[in-house]
Amino acid sequence: MSAVPVPLALLAEVTHRCPLRCPYCSNPTSLVKRSAELSTATWLDLFRQAAGLGILHVHLSGGEPAARSDLPELVAGVAETGLYSNLITSGVGLRESVFARCVEAGLDHVQLSIQAADAGTADRIGGYRGGFATKLEVAGWVTSYGLPLTVNAVVHRQNLDRLPEIIALARQLGARRLEVAHTQYHGWALLNRDALMPTPEQVERARAIVEEAGGRMVIDYVPPDHFATWPKACMGGWGRYGMTVTPEGVVLPCQAAESIPGLEFESVTDRSLSEIWRNGLAFATYRGTDWMPEPCRSCERREIDWGGCRCQAMAYLGNPGATDPACSRSPHHSQFRSRALGFAEAGVDSFTYRG
Amino acid sequence: MTPDNVTYLPRGVRLHRCGVRNEWFLLAPERAMRLDEIGIAILSELDGARSVRDIVAGLAERYAAPAEMIANDVATFLSELHRRRMVEVQ
Repeated sequence: MSAVPVPLALLAEVTHRCPLRCPYCSNPTSLVKRSAELSTATWLDLFRQAAGLGILHVHLSGGEPAARSDLPELVAGVAETGLYSNLITSGVGLRESVFARCVEAGLDHVQLSIQAADAGTADRIGGYRGGFATKLEVAGWVTSYGLPLTVNAVVHRQNLDRLPEIIALARQLGARRLEVAHTQYHGWALLNRDALMPTPEQVERARAIVEEAGGRMVIDYVPPDHFATWPKACMGGWGRYGMTVTPEGVVLPCQAAESIPGLEFESVTDRSLSEIWRNGLAFATYRGTDWMPEPCRSCERREIDWGGCRCQAMAYLGNPGATDPACSRSPHHSQFRSRALGFAEAGVDSFTYRG
Repeated sequence: MTPDNVTYLPRGVRLHRCGVRNEWFLLAPERAMRLDEIGIAILSELDGARSVRDIVAGLAERYAAPAEMIANDVATFLSELHRRRMVEVQ
């Protein structure tokens, strides 16, 4: 049995409600309803528990966290614990007065999503007319209040060719940091992979563009794994650094973990966060290296990649305990890669929008 | 990083003591950097008013160490943080 690490981050999905309908959303296809969302008091208690567990960063996310009218109270709750508060927002539905109250409450950082660098493409991808214009306005609030701004662009086949414009826009908005993150194919994104999967050429070009970008803005590039040699250490390893809490309080080792049948997830309404993290079966199942099959078990990279992504093994192989097929040492790798190529060349542009 | 630079931690970058680990961290967007004693000593001096030279002189006196050696450590450390946008120059 491996030692249980002290976690670093809590992703608090405070609601699944969101005005945007991005087809790359990694939220589950069955969304939690408003009536099932945790109360303000339960979230505040959870943030105190997170601090007691050694967590350093709390990411307020969703859905769109601004859909909750208690957002400033939630920010204040994180600030009271001394933990770092990050608001992950689409900007849509966030009012300036509410944002000002969040800043006053001690908000540390804002991560604002953009779907593309022009209104037409961005609003088509987000499935929400006027969303792009709103985002530009929200970016202005963030910098004028003096907060650090990260622009987050989820990239895929339909916006990758405009990456230079996306980088230029982030600079123009005054972002201290830009995240160029390839789509994670879970939830809604998995449904839309034939419309989203990039070609290997696009991926190669994107990497070169990011490397050559220069300037003072920090760019974090999250590469896709479909055409890579090694899998991504999903979540930095299952149950090692972080956890996600769903709007109704279920604690997950990763955002998409509910796609794995047979894992029993527990709720903060039944058990403490500490007990779930330390002793919860879902966390213990794939924590460390004891669960690993070959070729992971004897691999020199087993504590680098941690076997890759369990949800991807589930989605492609129907076996969450298998080596991630993104790994070149997986016996299913070439099939995985050719399926991805098939999606990339599907020629489908229409989306199934998030519900 | 030159001796004349005046440095500060920008908004959204701050020191945090984790009571569970009993360690200090520099927290920034998507970053948590574990600090050793030297890191804490340097970062605690950043006030957006004094120059790197003044900070080095103060640390040299406090730790009874040669200023040249400290100057090198401080410049290397602050340059790296500046590159990552975790320290800014006035």
